[in-house]
Amino acid sequence: MSVPGTTGPGATPPGRRQRLLGELRLWRPLDLAGVAAAWLVGLLLVLVAGTLLLYMGYKGLQYVNLDLLVSRPQPGSDQSQTGGILDPIVGTLLIIVIATAIALPLAVGAALWIVEYGRPRWLARVVESGIEVIAGAPSIAIAIFGLAIFQLPLFGWASFAADGGGVFGRSFIAAGTVMSLIALPSIFATTREALQSVPRHVREASYGLGKTRWATIRRVLLPTVRPDIATGTALGMGRIAGDTAIIVLLLGATLQLQAGSDIPGVGTLQGTGSTLTSYVYNNSPTGEGNAPEKAYAAAFVLMLLIIGLNLLVAFIGRRRAGNDLPR
Amino acid sequence: MLRRLRRPLTDRRAEQLLGGTAVAVVLVIVAMIVFIAISAWPSFQHNGLKWFGSGGDVDAELGEMVNAGADPSDEAYRLRAWPLVYATALTTILAVGIGVVVSVLASIFIVELAPPRVRSIVVPVVRLLAAVPSVVYGLIGILVLVPFVNDHLISEGQRESVAYVIPLTGPGLLVSVVLLTLMITPIMIALIVDAMSAVPRGWREGALALGVTQWRATMSVSVKAIRPAIVAAAVLASARALGEAIMLSMVSGSKGFAPQPWDGLIFLFEPLRPLAATIAEQSEGISAPALKASVYAMALVLLVSSLFLSVGGSIIKRRFRVGTAR
Amino acid sequence: MAEFPPPVRRISADGVPNVVDPSSRDAIPEPIARALAPSYGPERLRIDGVSIHYAGAAKPAVNAVTLPVRQGEVLALIGPSGCGKTTLLRSLNRLVELTPGATRDGRILLDGEDVDHLEITRLRRRVSMIFQQPNPFPMSIFDNVAYAIREQAMRRPGKAVLAPRVESALRRAGLWDEVADDLNRPALRLSGGQQQRLCIARALAVEPHVLLMDEPCSALDPISTGVIEELIHELRETLAIVIVTHNLAQARRVGDHVAFMYLGDLVEYAPTEELFTNPRADRTRDYVQGAFG
Repeated sequence: MSVPGTTGPGATPPGRRQRLLGELRLWRPLDLAGVAAAWLVGLLLVLVAGTLLLYMGYKGLQYVNLDLLVSRPQPGSDQSQTGGILDPIVGTLLIIVIATAIALPLAVGAALWIVEYGRPRWLARVVESGIEVIAGAPSIAIAIFGLAIFQLPLFGWASFAADGGGVFGRSFIAAGTVMSLIALPSIFATTREALQSVPRHVREASYGLGKTRWATIRRVLLPTVRPDIATGTALGMGRIAGDTAIIVLLLGATLQLQAGSDIPGVGTLQGTGSTLTSYVYNNSPTGEGNAPEKAYAAAFVLMLLIIGLNLLVAFIGRRRAGNDLPR
Repeated sequence: MLRRLRRPLTDRRAEQLLGGTAVAVVLVIVAMIVFIAISAWPSFQHNGLKWFGSGGDVDAELGEMVNAGADPSDEAYRLRAWPLVYATALTTILAVGIGVVVSVLASIFIVELAPPRVRSIVVPVVRLLAAVPSVVYGLIGILVLVPFVNDHLISEGQRESVAYVIPLTGPGLLVSVVLLTLMITPIMIALIVDAMSAVPRGWREGALALGVTQWRATMSVSVKAIRPAIVAAAVLASARALGEAIMLSMVSGSKGFAPQPWDGLIFLFEPLRPLAATIAEQSEGISAPALKASVYAMALVLLVSSLFLSVGGSIIKRRFRVGTAR
Repeated sequence: MAEFPPPVRRISADGVPNVVDPSSRDAIPEPIARALAPSYGPERLRIDGVSIHYAGAAKPAVNAVTLPVRQGEVLALIGPSGCGKTTLLRSLNRLVELTPGATRDGRILLDGEDVDHLEITRLRRRVSMIFQQPNPFPMSIFDNVAYAIREQAMRRPGKAVLAPRVESALRRAGLWDEVADDLNRPALRLSGGQQQRLCIARALAVEPHVLLMDEPCSALDPISTGVIEELIHELRETLAIVIVTHNLAQARRVGDHVAFMYLGDLVEYAPTEELFTNPRADRTRDYVQGAFG
């Protein structure tokens, strides 16, 4: 009988299996349990995620059809009468556009200032920690703050005011503006990191040609970090599309888009509506609609949107890795 | 006038403009904290530290505030929010506790153990899981997990034993924690995997070259070196879990009830409602001043907690940076 | 710069029959004189027709190399960058298996036993390695040296067991006097040369039979290099040492046998003095005379 690990030159060499057993004999029992647990957790994770995605896909394909996507939601007591999800889709896109339009210049401006100027030092530190606070703040707290702000008489124009002077405070303008705070940290972070990774000599070369700081920013730095800004923006859009709390509190949760005034276009922005997230929430058994089929369908569309944004991020990342000049 | 606008910005102007945007962002954040604090003040003024205490029925108190109307008496401000605070802490601690263990093991699996082909599946899956909106988790929770728990896990005997205190119908602690864990784990895995892959190769090879088993090398070198990253990930996940409103309002059972661990297994099935979900559900009624103050008080508690978490997180990161340098 | 390279202490030339003509002895630089003294310890490691392939590469990184490694002598592997010397070294304790896509042919025998038949952990406990870049772990000096003792054991040994072994390892690595006053200092605060000696102490603590060194001095200053070279001389009494270096002077100073590799092939293997003064292959001569590299 040959004991693993003690085979001399004369003995028959142990097989793979025996060697593995001999190797395992050098392991502490707790470590073996650890390896087993890691494998278990890893495979379980894939299993759970796979089940989740397949289930959502199955339910989605079951209930989504073209008619659903292009028809407007209707009030109704039965799922067959509640119409489509056109308005939530439009609402989601509208919110993404408004929020991104506000967040993008603010985040890029703040990042540029921090990296390129950043004086006085203490102010820069305050700005950085302020954005860190926003990134960590619960979106429900941001939402409730937004609700109170937009209910101030000062912001009556953003939604609509009742006869008694009370301001409704819920509209696309309100939700979109507050939602910009959700997207801001990710755009800021990616932009700042990209700017910081631009080597000094690039800037110095530009200054050496007699360009001002601002000209350097516009002509050299911004074009360089544009893919990173795009990545951050796509990530931020994903967060906007997925956030529910702000929508539930600030968009009024009407089924259809309802204009807040008679001015075309602007009226819609002042008005209320729903997005895919609030539609799912309201049509789940928790909400008033209780139309699970419609909720599954909307959730499926929402997931497609999010997956699309993720693919976009990956695509930008890959293109950048391929085409980028070596830094 | 138009011409002046067209001209390229002078350097000074540009600095002022960019600095202005940065300061504007900070002003909004400061305004948020101050505004919430001011709005919350009446609630703390009337309740003092008893705000965090127990006693009385939270849901009844909140209902009373709505009924009190536009000009509430002092009595209407009464709030003992302990069940909500407790529910927030309980779900967060349980989810983050389980999440840390799961995500460290999963990260080890991804970085050290998984064959390349498996890894190329797991990584995008985790990335995707991190992006799933919480309302989708909530939907699956309420349509799939809650009925399952109600039909298969809760026995009739358990249901009857607490029927006079609280009805057990499926939504509750178990489903909440499971979904919350599922929600925060991918975020933690992403951070931990990044840190683990950044551990200098020399340390790992050095340990292996000394005849230390692969698992011991991982645990004693990689995991030890990235402890600050693990803590930072846990802190970030706590902030997420703390503030999750919509998903938990869907699957928590939405009762101002504090599940007791000594109830045994029933503990897991008891309904509850954390602060964030309460805010989401009560926001409709904030035209009533008493309720408004209470809701803002809850928001303030959440905001301050997340503030402490993010400050604590960055201190931890800074203090341990020495170890992970190189 | 008269002191560079620093003088090397003679270890075992005394008392061994000297094959060099005594009259010319003073003309020969000391390292060569030392290398002239043959030392035949028992053969610990035999590299037998080893080839290593990286996936995607047209040529093998190491091509059918056969070499003996004896105790009591230092084998120096030299050759231009990319000649496969580091790959060969990393295959000796199967560390090369960590590189995805690397495959090995041929046999490596440790005390007559095929290393493929040994458990990988057990093999690496006997054949330890020192890396090009000093890689102390981010912990205290004591914990670094005690690391392998602790992690190899089935049960964690107490401090009383560890302390004497840590001390003796640090003494053998010549670091004890410099760090004895505060063993709890973080290892990363040591200087580069001290860090490398700490890594040597860390390896010695578990008493390996073979020590592989991958350009151990390339990241160090001349003074630290001298200290480590001296240390290598002392260690070869009890260990078989294989050292990879692209510094020819160093190979000449520390090596007893030198193997010259070029593009994966073993071109020449000879006693150090012979290889440097009377190379048989043209390529070796060009290289040692600095024609290419």
